[in-house]
Amino acid sequence: MTAAQLLAQRDGVPQTIKEEVKTVTPIAKIERSRHELVGQKNNKGQVYTDVNDMFYASEQTPVFFTGSEVIKEAIRRASVGTSVAYPITPQSEAAALIGELYAEGYLDEYFRGESEFAVMGQCAGASFGGHRVFTTTAGPGTLRAMENFPMWAGSRLPIQVCVTCRGVNSPLSIQPDTLEMHYLLETGMMVWHAETAQDLFDFILKGFMVAEQPDVHVPIATCCDGFFVTHTKDTVELPSEDLCLPPYDPYRSPVPVMDMESAPIRMMRDPFVMKSNYISYSTHASWQQEVHAAVERSRKHTIRLLDGLIDTFNIDRKILIVASGTAVSQSREAIRLLENQGIEVGLIKIKTIRPFPTEELQEATANAHHIFVPEFNIAGWLAKEIKAVLDNNKRVYAGPHVAGGMTLPSEVIVDEIKKHLGMKVASATDRSAI
Amino acid sequence: MSLETLRPSPAMANFLPIEYKDLVEHGPYTNRNGSDTQTKKAKDMGKFKEVIEEHPMCAGCAMTLFIRLVYIGMPNPEHTIVVGTAGCGRLAISQASVPFIYGNYGDTNAVASGLKRGLEVRFPNQNKDVVVMAGDGGLVDIGFQGLMHSWFRHERFTTIMLDNEVYGNTGGQESGMTVKGKVLKMSPRGKMGDKMDMLGLARVAKLDYVCQLSPTNPARVIRTIRRAILVARELGSTYVQAYTSCNIEYAIPTPEVMKDAFEVEQERYGFIEEISDRAKEVLRDHGEKIK
Repeated sequence: MTAAQLLAQRDGVPQTIKEEVKTVTPIAKIERSRHELVGQKNNKGQVYTDVNDMFYASEQTPVFFTGSEVIKEAIRRASVGTSVAYPITPQSEAAALIGELYAEGYLDEYFRGESEFAVMGQCAGASFGGHRVFTTTAGPGTLRAMENFPMWAGSRLPIQVCVTCRGVNSPLSIQPDTLEMHYLLETGMMVWHAETAQDLFDFILKGFMVAEQPDVHVPIATCCDGFFVTHTKDTVELPSEDLCLPPYDPYRSPVPVMDMESAPIRMMRDPFVMKSNYISYSTHASWQQEVHAAVERSRKHTIRLLDGLIDTFNIDRKILIVASGTAVSQSREAIRLLENQGIEVGLIKIKTIRPFPTEELQEATANAHHIFVPEFNIAGWLAKEIKAVLDNNKRVYAGPHVAGGMTLPSEVIVDEIKKHLGMKVASATDRSAI
Repeated sequence: MSLETLRPSPAMANFLPIEYKDLVEHGPYTNRNGSDTQTKKAKDMGKFKEVIEEHPMCAGCAMTLFIRLVYIGMPNPEHTIVVGTAGCGRLAISQASVPFIYGNYGDTNAVASGLKRGLEVRFPNQNKDVVVMAGDGGLVDIGFQGLMHSWFRHERFTTIMLDNEVYGNTGGQESGMTVKGKVLKMSPRGKMGDKMDMLGLARVAKLDYVCQLSPTNPARVIRTIRRAILVARELGSTYVQAYTSCNIEYAIPTPEVMKDAFEVEQERYGFIEEISDRAKEVLRDHGEKIK
């Protein structure tokens, strides 16, 4: 069934009426909300579709793709204006595939910047000018770009950066490691963490919709674990490529668009520090509070679109694993192995790190005696975040965590849980004998 | 946007600040007397509402004079966006009735690249002029990579360097544009390297319009800015490098700031204007008299 037919079926109106909308001539010179375009077609023949309809009221087809290809497929349907690229493993393939979409006419603007710092500046420029903007980065690139992230947030630019996490240490490592997410937590951006390629696809499209809400309007980092998600193939359900998100409407922004189409606003009139330190402090403090409050306000939209900030499985059990990203997948398998040994463990998957699901976690862990937090980084930042919001946080065990590109086999999670509970664990020699 | 966008409803007019009413009645925005470009000239200064006001720059600052002239030189201020970075200049630039984007340290030419491209897509039938105006440190030290790459990509915007040959806002440190041997903070034994040859680099990048000048001739500054913006609009990157002395860090007595400008102009900062053949044609089409 085509997208147009689906829409017609949903609205119970004949297709011909939908077609007529296109012929209406705008009478006002001032641009009206572009969201009125829902149901109409873009240059590529895709139908602008409400994000709820795209995911929940249209046919989904399974494909077997790498995470990088899935990023491309998300952007194909995202009505992106500008994307800027720069090579760094493991995001290079995705960034280049978006270039192919540009060559096919799915994006208005795409080019290679000269470094991640420049790329994020170029993204900022396009966003200041009213474009929907997407880019990708990883590891050292994320850190090189870092100065831009609080600037994006402070300027209320709803740019999306897909962070395909990798090591940031020296000696050089290109392998998976989620340490860079630790650095992103206080930038004023939303930070979401995808477990699978399916998550990544959903998060990219839904992320734009949440980030661009007028009461939110902050940037978003959609993170995934490099290689594990980007370079492995997985089955992902995709809506038709004839559907795409409604375009970004810059005039719904809570701050002026820098396109000189409205009376000029002096964003920095009377530089604060030139007046008094007190005015300077209070202005900056209140704006920082507002940016962080905007991230919190994203909850209501996110809960609706992602069906909650966390997913829970058997949380009535005394032992829980709380994780994000591919650590969740490893934990699922660990839970299966533990069940074979008669140990019952529940699972909480955290989807959004910012905003942090504080109340959800407090509620979901109410009955837990032991909470394990497996992670792919040396800092154990997720465990710290969880410890900071739970009562009786001695229940929280920060581990197991691996770093520097090590994998986190399910058996390691099993052993760590058993050791912590005072149970006998098979030694390496025992295991090799099996 | 046009003057009409600015014009308040009669009921509202009485409640607006005097500056706003002045801008509507006497500002340099176009669509005034049927013109499609800014009609104010240097000799009109003081007789009309400038788009820049109430700046907190030091008394006698030559940079302030230059920045005021830049705004008068803009052919279409009502369709112009200025991008800058940290430094003295932004303290005045942010006081203008033209939007000013301040991103990060040294990101001006990256931001301007994205902005210009985005605006060209969104407004195919309306020129939107993007102007980078930043200091010597912001452009050739911390912003050097972005500056050079925007030139080699021939991004369609103008870069204006406010060259005071020092980091003025942070208290007088040497920059890449400081002359060799000068003792400043962070060059306690005198600057080691030469003043960076940005005009030379602009030539290497084959920019269509390159100019060096001192703010000694207001009409010439205005003409230069107008030309640089018109050429950037049509062809690609253009560059204006202006000597805008720092009377504080270089200890120039306030009454002698312009005397210094004339002297430096004479010695080593003379007027240079290099226009490519195709840029000359563009300017002639806009009614400029070019030899």
